[in-house]
Amino acid sequence: MTHNETVIPERPAPRLTVGPLAWLRANLFSGPVNSLFTLLGLYLLYLLLTPAIQWALIDADWIGTSRDDCSREGACWVFVNARLGQFVYGLYPGGEIWRINLMFATFAALLAWLAIPRLPFKRWVAPVTLVAFPVFAYVLLYGGHFGLPVVETHRWGGLSLTLILATVGMVAALPIGIVLALGRRSQMPIVRSVCVVFIEFWRGVPLITILFMASVMLPLFLPTGMTIDRLVRALIGITLFQSAYMAEVVRGGLQAIPRGQEEAAAALGMGYWQRMGLIVLPQALKMMIPGIVNTFISLFKDTTLVMIIGLFDLLGIVQAALSDSRWLGFAVEGYVFAALMFWIFCFSMSRYSQYLEKKLHTGHKR
Amino acid sequence: MSEQAIDSQAGAATPMVEMRGVNKWYGDFHVLRDIHLEVNRGERIVICGPSGSGKSTLIRCINHLEEHQEGEIVVGGVPLTQDVKRIEQIRRSVGMVFQHFNLFPHLTVLENCCLSPMWVQKKPRREAEAQAMQYLERVQIAEQARKYPGQLSGGQQQRVAIARSLCMHPEVMLFDEPTSALDPEMIKEVLDVMVELAKEGMTMLCVTHEMGFAKTVADRVIFMDQGQIIEENAPEPFFNDPQSERTQLFLSQILGH
Repeated sequence: MTHNETVIPERPAPRLTVGPLAWLRANLFSGPVNSLFTLLGLYLLYLLLTPAIQWALIDADWIGTSRDDCSREGACWVFVNARLGQFVYGLYPGGEIWRINLMFATFAALLAWLAIPRLPFKRWVAPVTLVAFPVFAYVLLYGGHFGLPVVETHRWGGLSLTLILATVGMVAALPIGIVLALGRRSQMPIVRSVCVVFIEFWRGVPLITILFMASVMLPLFLPTGMTIDRLVRALIGITLFQSAYMAEVVRGGLQAIPRGQEEAAAALGMGYWQRMGLIVLPQALKMMIPGIVNTFISLFKDTTLVMIIGLFDLLGIVQAALSDSRWLGFAVEGYVFAALMFWIFCFSMSRYSQYLEKKLHTGHKR
Repeated sequence: MSEQAIDSQAGAATPMVEMRGVNKWYGDFHVLRDIHLEVNRGERIVICGPSGSGKSTLIRCINHLEEHQEGEIVVGGVPLTQDVKRIEQIRRSVGMVFQHFNLFPHLTVLENCCLSPMWVQKKPRREAEAQAMQYLERVQIAEQARKYPGQLSGGQQQRVAIARSLCMHPEVMLFDEPTSALDPEMIKEVLDVMVELAKEGMTMLCVTHEMGFAKTVADRVIFMDQGQIIEENAPEPFFNDPQSERTQLFLSQILGH
């Protein structure tokens, strides 16, 4: 029989297991082999990074107006500088660019309002962003009302077109995807089969084919004289394609919610839409954040495919600029710039999703 | 309002729950066989039996979480049919407590209790919250109202689940093994709440293996095996003088150690 009344006092962990030095020792130099690999890795990094930094920053030309200003050995950022307006705004008329700026400033403000938890009136801002804002954006960008001159969509382009395609695709694909996922899990055989067929059809066809069909085949089915704008066709194609993917992401999330949750909601007298909207979807969407953002990121990058139906998104317009005879030979700079822009947007989405996941975490499941 | 008034007038005469010749199959497996059961208002029933005997399925049929294929179920004078509106009407008057609590983990304890009153009964938030706090106090957990279910112990979660059901003012409560998933030291706090509820005259159907609870609270104990009701009796004769051989065997197995 043992018996112990004294409480052992708390004391700090041994010094060699905490702190940066201990971290280094545990993770990088925990043995002779690991130490060797660490040093080898550092050396490889050095080999790779020095020339890259040398080319992109140290030996680069930044200021100027023509290719003659690029006299040094490194990158010629003058090219990107000179074309920046086009890269961002496409062929949008110079005097009307304020319209794009105003549209994106409004959008950024609305998004920030929704994204920052402290700000009030979210239940009003959300519908404004989803319903009123697209109308506002369309009127502003396309013009034709309130004395704004019309700017045809074939003049839209560059980063702004990429953002328009991606945002519309995301905002439209998520709700359609949710409805499709719910339909695929439905007890009603007709609803279920329609959803399954829709999802499997759009998921089984490459996006590039869909864009081709939208631009070449769709006009054949329309009555003569009726045309749908090329941009709208691309948007519809992208949205339907992505919503099929989104549906499968959402379905995966729905399946992860224990059946007991829906049963408990049902036992409390809630109807189908209340059970889904109040209990199942909020939990499922939270778990689906990584999957949803993953789909968003791939959608963002897939927008570059609209190039093949003659829309000039960011990558398309960079490529077009490369064939300008005054700027031949600066392909690397152009592509590095495009890659960097894409990376910045995709990385921000990824970071925000991680923040959301942390914020919405409310302890273990059940 | 008028619906409820009619219900309670009829209530004195009609039983709260009535099952007549209920049969149910999972595929080819015959889970419920010819169940006849009548539960009067204010009556406390304990259902026990070996696992797989269909006792959970039986009470889950009462609020149509499971569908029966044959027979008739009438809850509070309302016959249970395929009609969704009617099912939802019945569910509003039937509370249920689950083995695994099934609290909504993304909502606080208070929100768990307010959700259905606000969305189903359309009560204003303030009224729903005041009422929720009242019930949370009754199960002695009001101080945890702002926490999330994941931050509570099993016993606390189950008490919240009971309060959540009570917020809908059910006329009958179904308990589906409410203490089976709990650590031993937490069983008593949940049983105490249930005993309290029984004293206040709530109609209760409990699937449980807590025989002490059955002895103190139940008006009737039902023993089920292989989808059938084998024996049905008041607790004293049920435990002291079981008639069927299978009941004797079951009781010796769970009381014998």
